Amino acid sequence: MKPIYLDNNATSSVAPEVRDAMLPFLGEFYGNPSSMHLFGGQLHRQVEDARAQVAAIIGADPSEIIFTSCGSESDNTALMSAVETFPAKKHVITTRVEHPAVLNFAKHLGRKGYRISYIPVDSQGRFDMDAFMKSLDDNVAIVSVMHANNETGVVFPIAEIAAILKERGILFHTDAVQTVGKIPINVKELPVDMLSLSGHKLHAPKGIGALYVRKGTRFYPYLIGGHQEHGRRAGTENVPSIIALGKACEIAGKNISTEIQYVSRLRDKLEKALLEKCPDARINGDTINRLPNTTNISFEYVEGEAILLRIDKHGICASSGSACTSGALEPSHVLRAMGVPFTAIHGSVRFSLSRYNTEAEIDKVIEIVPPIIRELRELSPFGRDKLQACRAPRSTE
Amino acid sequence: MWEYTDKVKDLFLNPKNVGEIENPDAVGEVGSITCGDALKLMLKIDRETGKIQDAKFQTFGCASAIASSSALTELIKGKTLDEARKITNQEIADYLGGLPDEKMHCSVMGQEALEAAIARYKGEQVVAETHEKIVCKCFNVSEEKIRRVAMENHLTTVEEITNFTKAGGGCGGCVPDIEAILKDLWAVKEVPKPKEPKKLTNLQKIALIQDVLEREIRPKLQADGGDLELLDIEGSKVVIGLRAMCVSCPMGGVTVQGIEAKLKELVSEDIVVESR
Repeated sequence: MKPIYLDNNATSSVAPEVRDAMLPFLGEFYGNPSSMHLFGGQLHRQVEDARAQVAAIIGADPSEIIFTSCGSESDNTALMSAVETFPAKKHVITTRVEHPAVLNFAKHLGRKGYRISYIPVDSQGRFDMDAFMKSLDDNVAIVSVMHANNETGVVFPIAEIAAILKERGILFHTDAVQTVGKIPINVKELPVDMLSLSGHKLHAPKGIGALYVRKGTRFYPYLIGGHQEHGRRAGTENVPSIIALGKACEIAGKNISTEIQYVSRLRDKLEKALLEKCPDARINGDTINRLPNTTNISFEYVEGEAILLRIDKHGICASSGSACTSGALEPSHVLRAMGVPFTAIHGSVRFSLSRYNTEAEIDKVIEIVPPIIRELRELSPFGRDKLQACRAPRSTE
Repeated sequence: MWEYTDKVKDLFLNPKNVGEIENPDAVGEVGSITCGDALKLMLKIDRETGKIQDAKFQTFGCASAIASSSALTELIKGKTLDEARKITNQEIADYLGGLPDEKMHCSVMGQEALEAAIARYKGEQVVAETHEKIVCKCFNVSEEKIRRVAMENHLTTVEEITNFTKAGGGCGGCVPDIEAILKDLWAVKEVPKPKEPKKLTNLQKIALIQDVLEREIRPKLQADGGDLELLDIEGSKVVIGLRAMCVSCPMGGVTVQGIEAKLKELVSEDIVVESR
C-alpha cells in the first residue's frame, strides 16, 4: 500500500530530480572540494553553484549562505554566535512556541545565567506584539522568532519584528525551516540578520541545512576546525546533499506560486470536509496568516495517538500534539501556549501536505477519517456533560 | 513510533468488551480527560458466587490504554472478586505480551479501575476518595499510589515511577519529592540487614563461596564471553582460574578485584582472591 503522506512538516520525500542530481556525487565524483587536484577540486564549483541556488530562493547573496547539517544546527549556530559576539549582553528573546532547537537552546542559556523572555501567543497562535515591545531592552543579545510554526502553520509577522529590531540595532534570527520553499521570502526586503533552513522539509534529503548570515553581521562559528565555508563552519562539505539542497531550492523557487495554489486548495478541501463530517472538531491556529499546506484539527473526546494508529492502518500518515505520541507525558507546548483546552489538545491531528499529494488521496482521507473518529468516540467514556468536571492541570511555564 | 506487540495492536483495533452494562453492580472510574487517559469499568457480579459474570469498559486514551482495558476485562471475566483482586498491573501487561516502558501506566490504570470497582461494590472507602497527599499535581498522583506501585513493581528510579504512574512527567516540580519517597521506601527495606559478621564454619564458607561464584559472578562473565573456575580455597584465600575470553582480556586484573569485592561483601570481609 502506497502511503498517503500528510506529514510533510515532519519530513518530505526526496524529489526525483533532486535524487538524480545528487547521485553522481555518491558515485564517481567522490572527491573533496578542498583538494588541490582536479578530481576533488572541480567539485568546488558545483558546491558554489548549489550555494547560489540556495541563496536565490531567499534573495540572498551566495556568500551569505553557510551549509550546515540540519535546521537544528543552523538554529544553535545563530544563537551561539550572538552570545559569543555580544558577550556583555545577557538577555535573549524568543517565543513560547519555537521548535525545540531554539527553545531548548534558550533554556540552556537560561541555566547559564541568561535572562530569557518567552513571548506568548494568543488563542489563535498569533505573536503577542505588545509583550514583545515590552520585553525589549538594551541588554538583548539576540531575538529569535520562527517564521511559521511547525504545528499550526501560523505565520509570524517577522517583517514587522525585523523592522523594529533593525531600528534598535538588535540582532534578529528567524527559524524559517517550515517556510523556505513553501511561501516566498526575500531577505532584500526583510531585514533579518540570520535565517535557518532545512533540506528535508523541501524535498531534499535529511542531514543538510543552511544558515543565512547577512553580510556585515558579527559571526562566530559553532563547529570549529578546518577552513571550510570560509572558516564559518568546519567539516568536509557534504557534497551530495549540498547539490541536492541546491536542486531542491531551484525547483521550489520556480514553482512556488503554482504550488501554493495547488496545495492550499487541497488543504482547504480536506479541512472543510473533516469539520463538516466530524462534530466537535475545531481548527487550531489563525487561518488567515497560515502556511498553505498545514491544518491542525482537534477532535474532542478522542486521543490523538489512537486516531493516528487507526488511520495508519489505511496508510494515512499524520501527526498529533497529544501527549501519548511524544516521548514525554505532556502534550504539545505550542497548543498549550495557545491555551487550547486539554480536552482538545489530546485529540489534535496535524495534516501537512506537499505538491506530491493528489486529489484522490485527499478524497480517500475525507472518506476514512470521520468513521474512525466516530468509532473512537463510541469507545470513550466522555461526552459533553463530563467535560465541565475537568480540571486543567498546572501549566509549566 | 511505539513498538507495540501484535496483541496490543489487535486489542486496540478490535477491542473486546467495549460498552456499557445496564444497571452494573460495580463501576470503577479512574483517570481524567485532562490527563490524557481515562477508564470506566463496569461489572456484573453474581451475588451468590461472587463471580464476575460480565465486564465492559469505555476508555479515552491511546492504543495501549484501550488494549490494557480490553485485556483487563478478558482477565477478570469468570473470576471471583477475591481472585480478580489479586490481578496485578504486571499481569495485564503480560497478557498483552508486554508494554513499552513509557506505557506501563496504562496497565496500572486498568488495575486501579478494578480495585476501585471492587472496593465500591464491597462498600469500602475508595482510596482515591480519602484525603491523600498529592505529590504530582500535574497528573494528580498521590504519595500512597507512588509507594504502592513502586513496591509492587520494584521501581527504584524516578523515570520508572513516571513510566508507571506519570508522576513527575509534567512540570517536573515533584521530582525531588519522588526521589525522597523512593529513598525512604527502599532505605526501610534495606536497613534490616545489620549483618553481624557471623562466624562461618569452613564448610559453610566454601559452600557460600561456590554459591556466590555460580550465581553472581559466572553468569556475568559468561555474558561477555568469559568464565572462571574455582581451583582451591585455602582459609580465606580463594584461588580461581580465568577461562575463555577472560584469559586474554586486558581487564583481567579488574575482574579479579571485582570478584574479590563481591566475595568480601557477600561472604566474609577477609577474603582474598588470587588468579592462576
